[in-house]
Amino acid sequence: MNNTLEMVYDVIIIGAGPAGLSAGLYAARAKMSTLILERDRTGGQIAGTEEVANYPGSIKDATGPSLVARMVEQAEEFGAVRMRADVSGFDFEGTIKTVYTDKGELKAKSIILAMGAKPRLLDVPGEKLLSGKGVSYCATCDAEFFTDLEVYVFGGGDTALEEAMFIAKFARKVTIVHRRDQFRAAKSIVEKAMNHPKIEMVLNTGAKRIIGDGMVQGIELENFITGECKEVLADPNDGLMGVFVFVGYLPETGLVKDLVKLDANGYIITDENMKTDIPGVFVAGDIRSKSLRQVVTATADGAIAAVMAEKYVDSLHD
Amino acid sequence: MLILDKDNFESQVLKASGLVLVDFWGEGCEPCKALMPDFEALESEYEGKVVFGKLNTSQERRLAISQRVLGLPTVVLYKDGTRMGECTKDQANPAGIKELIAQHL
Repeated sequence: MNNTLEMVYDVIIIGAGPAGLSAGLYAARAKMSTLILERDRTGGQIAGTEEVANYPGSIKDATGPSLVARMVEQAEEFGAVRMRADVSGFDFEGTIKTVYTDKGELKAKSIILAMGAKPRLLDVPGEKLLSGKGVSYCATCDAEFFTDLEVYVFGGGDTALEEAMFIAKFARKVTIVHRRDQFRAAKSIVEKAMNHPKIEMVLNTGAKRIIGDGMVQGIELENFITGECKEVLADPNDGLMGVFVFVGYLPETGLVKDLVKLDANGYIITDENMKTDIPGVFVAGDIRSKSLRQVVTATADGAIAAVMAEKYVDSLHD
Repeated sequence: MLILDKDNFESQVLKASGLVLVDFWGEGCEPCKALMPDFEALESEYEGKVVFGKLNTSQERRLAISQRVLGLPTVVLYKDGTRMGECTKDQANPAGIKELIAQHL
């Protein structure tokens, strides 16, 4: 910021997914000066989702991007300001907090951490080297490339099964590979996937390595019950195949792991009011330790965090 | 900004001299849409040094695969028609693209 009088926001929200946008909407509506920082894309994980069928009210035009666009519009209508910035660190000491970014130092009386989570890797040989070369974590980005080809999808939750059905719009055949003996996904989704003519399912099985020179040409699978390993290679006429990975998420806590308390899985621990141990620092969305990570819980967290931040900022003025 | 397709890719990229930077994007790819304004802004910064182009992989899937692009967004740098390097996925951001150009400028 080049202002001679340095701007101190009432609240800076880190992350512009559903949690951050909901926090922004509530904070701005409460007349707090509100800045939402986003690193690369608005919307977080949901922006890459084709269909959001379980967020109450999102029935028509229920794609991730359209839902995000409406959330952004709503937050901005109340006066929340969005900025693209890459955060490199924080100073949470004292009543004025500092956020260090590639756009300079930003100051606020309160902070809401809503950085979300990123896809977890399979963590097998070949995966990183072939990422973007047939290994993907984003179906809406990359499914098209596998039109009329074979695709293996790893994972057993809602995301894995829903994305597998999306990929099956393009691919010739989709095989869902899951480590356990049953799926974690909602029953209705499992049923739909099981009845899908292009989808096959392989249980009790995991990836051992991903094979390919320059692009994915095969995978090695391990059956956890028999211990048997086998290589599955792409049809020679295809020459390549797709591997989509939806095996859960890892919280984006790299910048705050030494500042706030984390649970055993690395998520930030808060009380039910989204508070951390640091006065003025709140948390919302997938980055928080909780039992259900959905758009609906992210937006609820955001609303609570914003209201609590407002109360905290008000108390500073008393 | 060059708009690339299978008809002009060879002449404008593979047979071009100097540096050509190609943004492979797709119609359903949200991260690609987020990157596009940054990519367009970089074009003026490198005017006269690097030619910028974009390729819609939803329309030109086979061409993209022939360039070993199977994940989006991917930005590939060519020098005298030879592929020098790329930024893909998380690395496909302004800082990553600048670094890629700096290595070959």
